[in-house]
Amino acid sequence: MANPDYAAGKAETPIMVKALKEGIFAGVIALGMFCLYVGIKTDQDINNALIWYPRWGLLAIFVGIAAVGRFLMVGFFSPWNAARKERRAQLPVRDIDAKPTFFHTHFLKIALVALLLYPPVMIALVGTQGSLKYVDNFGIQILIYVMLAWGLNIVVGLAGLLDLGYVAFYAVGAYSYALLSSYFGLSFWVLLPLSGILAGFWGIILGFPVLRLRGDYLAIVTLAFGEIIRLVLINWTAVTKGTFGISGIPKATLFGIKFDASPTGFAKLFDLPMSSAYYKVFLFYLILALCMLTAYVTIRLRRMPIGRAWEALREDETACRSLGINTVTTKLTAFAIGAMFGGFAGSFFAARQGFVSPESFVFLESAVILAIVVLGGMGSLTGIAIAAMVMVGGTELLREMEFLKHVFGPDFTPELYRMLLFGLAMVIVMLFKPRGFVGSRQPTAFLKESRAVSGSFTKEGHG
Amino acid sequence: MEYFIQQLINGLTLGSIYGLVAIGYTMVYGIIGMINFAHGDIFMLGGFAGLIVYLILTSFFAGIPVAILLLVMLLVAMLMTGLWNWTIERVAYRPLRGSFRLAPLITAIGMSIVLSNFIQVTQGPRNKPIPALVRDVYHFGAMTISLKQIIIVLVTAVLLSIFWYIVNKTPLGRAQRATEQDRKMAALLGVDVDRTISITFVMGAALAAVAGTMYLMYYGVASFTDGFTPGVKAFTAAVLGGIGSLPGAVLGGLLIGLIESLWSAYFSIAYKDVATFGLLAFVLIFKPTGILGRPEVEKV
Repeated sequence: MANPDYAAGKAETPIMVKALKEGIFAGVIALGMFCLYVGIKTDQDINNALIWYPRWGLLAIFVGIAAVGRFLMVGFFSPWNAARKERRAQLPVRDIDAKPTFFHTHFLKIALVALLLYPPVMIALVGTQGSLKYVDNFGIQILIYVMLAWGLNIVVGLAGLLDLGYVAFYAVGAYSYALLSSYFGLSFWVLLPLSGILAGFWGIILGFPVLRLRGDYLAIVTLAFGEIIRLVLINWTAVTKGTFGISGIPKATLFGIKFDASPTGFAKLFDLPMSSAYYKVFLFYLILALCMLTAYVTIRLRRMPIGRAWEALREDETACRSLGINTVTTKLTAFAIGAMFGGFAGSFFAARQGFVSPESFVFLESAVILAIVVLGGMGSLTGIAIAAMVMVGGTELLREMEFLKHVFGPDFTPELYRMLLFGLAMVIVMLFKPRGFVGSRQPTAFLKESRAVSGSFTKEGHG
Repeated sequence: MEYFIQQLINGLTLGSIYGLVAIGYTMVYGIIGMINFAHGDIFMLGGFAGLIVYLILTSFFAGIPVAILLLVMLLVAMLMTGLWNWTIERVAYRPLRGSFRLAPLITAIGMSIVLSNFIQVTQGPRNKPIPALVRDVYHFGAMTISLKQIIIVLVTAVLLSIFWYIVNKTPLGRAQRATEQDRKMAALLGVDVDRTISITFVMGAALAAVAGTMYLMYYGVASFTDGFTPGVKAFTAAVLGGIGSLPGAVLGGLLIGLIESLWSAYFSIAYKDVATFGLLAFVLIFKPTGILGRPEVEKV
């Protein structure tokens, strides 16, 4: 590290000695970093005055983990990793014409069938009531993020416009449904396309001023727009009810059949026992259909002139413009179409929760969606879906880890660590796979035959 | 008129804090071209370090003079956040230098989430109030100036002059400016680029820590969410002044502080953040280089 002893001249230092030194160094650093924040806990007493007490045991654990972790990293993982890389380098170049396996070629079909079968299988396995958790918390939750990430992917992954305020369009969609249904009593099926269109308009409105901006500047302005929309939602209490949010949003219906206990409700109509699980299963298929629509539109658009123009814009804006592509309409369509899918997802979200408040549309959500897009390997739909499953499903899984209570005592609440672990996962995945989970992509235009291109050859986020 | 001057004073105080944080953004952006998203949370960590030091010192030495107390708070907070930012740069940003541009931005956002949630988990989610450290208030006609406002402006001025001296007159500052202009060339001429970048992060963090401790002293409350909004405003300040320009960051900070307090005083307090963010968008759209920034030359 910063110690000059390990400079190139002293390469013969035994690896274990080096690892020990680095481990001790990491331990000292960790002691410095954590001594105040972990070693001391501040709390309010009954008089609301702050008191403090030390937590030396916890501090020792943190320091120990840092020291041992660094020791293992330097002493064992790095030599192993270096050896592995050397072995890899000696292997012959992978035969590019090798036949892909059955699983590989039919991956999408298998995944789709698995998703279609997911709710009935869950109901069969854990019963109608038990399936609620799996269909709702895992299925619908993950699919919402898949949809949002696919929508954002059009803006970031295809057109290369870095958008940190995507959640604004999600909010526009959700509030469009919430407000129009509660003030005018319009149904979900009318408002679903309408909120998508409204969000698309907002995409154009917000897209217009930022046409000239690139890269990081674009990111910051979109962040600012996202925050402005949230602040307006909080402060315009006459319409949005501010932080209280809008509750009692009508649910979606299936061809006019309501999912409630009334005689014309879904359960009575089909002679099933009353359960909220049916509504969730219906929502699951609905969001699945919306996701499929997003994927279909994305894949088709990539083959159309506009999709090609997006990718050209991503690679080089100057060259793109000099070839006669109208960058204004190209950027605006990317914003509008990306925003439209955000709006669809938003109105779905409102119908699912029955409640919207500005709390759901904070910057953190934008960051999470962007993280999913980047971690998935931008532009790759499969990669993004995998990233959403790992990141969102992984944090949802934490809620289920009751056994941790037996390890850390009954006061331990794993949910508290959800976002902490999410952040750590973002950093760690980025460090080890900076190109995301799926780093290669199929080019849209090719000479004679299609070959996968490493993601390193494509530029992103330059805007 | 007096009301207006009063608002100017309030804005100046707030602006000093934003300016200190903005320097961290602008230096890091200038030197490695990334938005250090976690910088706002470093500011928050600084506030918490000040809070914890305050609690420890007041419980051991009951009658400790406020000046010493503040000094120790500032020093420990600077040390603490310097160490944190050094580690973060080392662990999360350095391995990704040379990778594509979005990669460090994503780890920075990840780090920002980690830091705020780390404090939430270790120190609890509730707001932490402390009693006022400095209570003296001076009256001039209808205006009031509190001692803490004077302290904030004074400390900012002193720090900025030290900082200005380091950047402009020392070998370290020369190395920083060289690295900012051309990293590869600086390395070829014998500048230890890694070390220079590390020190830049430590310096930025130390300034943010001072701002964090001042913020704690000014408002008397610390919370784990404190990093985001002041962070974005400080970034706005850096952009407004022209990102990469140090005097620009201070100027931008002061402007943002003034706009915020004047807007709250004359228009609506609820929409003060909308005004700031709107201004950010406005500036970027019409003058993306900011007030003192250099125009970016576009190369094909």
